[in-house]
Amino acid sequence: MMEKMIFGRYVPVDSVVHRMDPRSKLMVIFLFVCIIFLANNWITYALIAIYTLFMLGLSRIPGRFLYTGLKPILWVVLFTLVLQILFTKEGHVVVSIGSVKIYNEGIKQGIFISLRFFFLILMSSLLTLTTTPIEITDGLETLLHPLKKIHFPVHEMALMMSISLRFIPTLMEETDKIMKAQMARGVEFGSGPYKERMKAVIPLLIPLFVSSFKRAEELAIAMEARGYRGGEGRTKYRQLYWRLADSLQLVALFGLTALLFLLRS
Amino acid sequence: MDIVLQQVEYRYQAKTPFERIAIQDVSITIPSGVYLAIIGHTGSGKSTVLQHLNALLQPYAGSVSIGDRVIKANQKNKNLKDVRKRVGIVFQFPEHQLFEETVEKDIIFGPMNFGVSEDEAKRRARIALKQVGLQEEILEKSPFELSGGQMRRVAIAGVLAMDPDVIVLDEPTAGLDPRGRKEIMDMFYNLHKERNLSTVLVTHSMEDAARYADQIVIMQQGNVVKQGNPVEIFSEPEHLMKMGLDVPNVVRFQLKLQEKTGMKLDTIYLSIDELSTAVREYIRKDNRL
Repeated sequence: MMEKMIFGRYVPVDSVVHRMDPRSKLMVIFLFVCIIFLANNWITYALIAIYTLFMLGLSRIPGRFLYTGLKPILWVVLFTLVLQILFTKEGHVVVSIGSVKIYNEGIKQGIFISLRFFFLILMSSLLTLTTTPIEITDGLETLLHPLKKIHFPVHEMALMMSISLRFIPTLMEETDKIMKAQMARGVEFGSGPYKERMKAVIPLLIPLFVSSFKRAEELAIAMEARGYRGGEGRTKYRQLYWRLADSLQLVALFGLTALLFLLRS
Repeated sequence: MDIVLQQVEYRYQAKTPFERIAIQDVSITIPSGVYLAIIGHTGSGKSTVLQHLNALLQPYAGSVSIGDRVIKANQKNKNLKDVRKRVGIVFQFPEHQLFEETVEKDIIFGPMNFGVSEDEAKRRARIALKQVGLQEEILEKSPFELSGGQMRRVAIAGVLAMDPDVIVLDEPTAGLDPRGRKEIMDMFYNLHKERNLSTVLVTHSMEDAARYADQIVIMQQGNVVKQGNPVEIFSEPEHLMKMGLDVPNVVRFQLKLQEKTGMKLDTIYLSIDELSTAVREYIRKDNRL
């Protein structure tokens, strides 16, 4: 069941998006998260949709994989939609069933908000699907470098991030292993009454905690043994290159921003 | 209880870009009471086969019958508890599965999940503890204050206390010192004999396979490449070596001896004692050396 998770997963395909500089991708995502709030009518949402689908197409991530990976999220999106529809009380009533009244603004708001949510998830998944964790942290570290001036621990943050990203798969594997070991001892995960299900988590969580602490300690020792002393004067093995595609991508997004400003109501 | 795998295929992460065939066309029969060793390199699919033996994984194609329960591809299988109760698996580094406050609670966890009463489970815990060579005082300790070797034994006791008919071992001695390794392997062998269990040992130690197993299955890149009893398997040592697998020291010694002295023994011997008797016989009979 863990196998289908899409978050933080890198899919090694060769595409323009994969080859882009992580800095430009991070900037684009950051900007995208801001400008998506500019959209407030059908045309602007259509523009956002076109942009997102275009980027997805460029990334050459198999559609079926995206679909299975995002399926669980669709439920959350649907849930927001229903909430919005039920609890917005503006405009005129379209349907009323008993005491529940559904307003036309509610439907519109619901659709807009869940679309916004959906596109946000799609774009941020696109970042992790096309960029290795190490590239993301490298990109962040360089982008945030100016903050060093105000004594913000940029390097340490980046290191923490790359370590936690690096260990997600390990942790998943470990979870799978321990789950199986406990299943072999008669635990049934994900079935039975809720109280039983909650209880079934304990034999999974405790071993996971124990091994995570052990691993953290081992990692710290291994790093010190290899002379790690923090970011001061540390050079980089992987260099980042800003290419034409990166500039074009930013220009395209600026274009989109301008259009959104023009067309929003 | 017999376990039969018929043309089992398994794919990890099926239907994603990461899809990978782990094993294919694997057919193995494990009759009741047999000691079977599965040998292969890392990544040969032996651990995947193992997880089919109690339906932790369900085949992508083919079928697995465990006793009278048949697990087929492409169908929902519910109520697997019965199967899992009868097939105990000792995973690699089983000490990672310990979680309870006391050793006793951890050992009785398995049996109690399978519906055994607490008193009965505690009784079994004491027996299992003795079998793995630990003292009863340990029962009240926390499993996390034990040494690595003791933790391993406690975890094994937790599986033994389930009282399975089939016991499946995934490299049970990985990371132990040579003495602990021999103790554990001998213990499993004695249990196998005493309780008339079926035992499946997944290992890459040819020595262990030669010493304990009745049947050996050799796996390579997800396929079964050879099955037979140890003498059959090791009588073609060149074949094994070509696959990058070792042969037991005794066999290697016999081959060297034959090559250097020109003597011809009619079969392959798997223990030093048998080999020395055979060599003595040979010399006496022919009086050639």
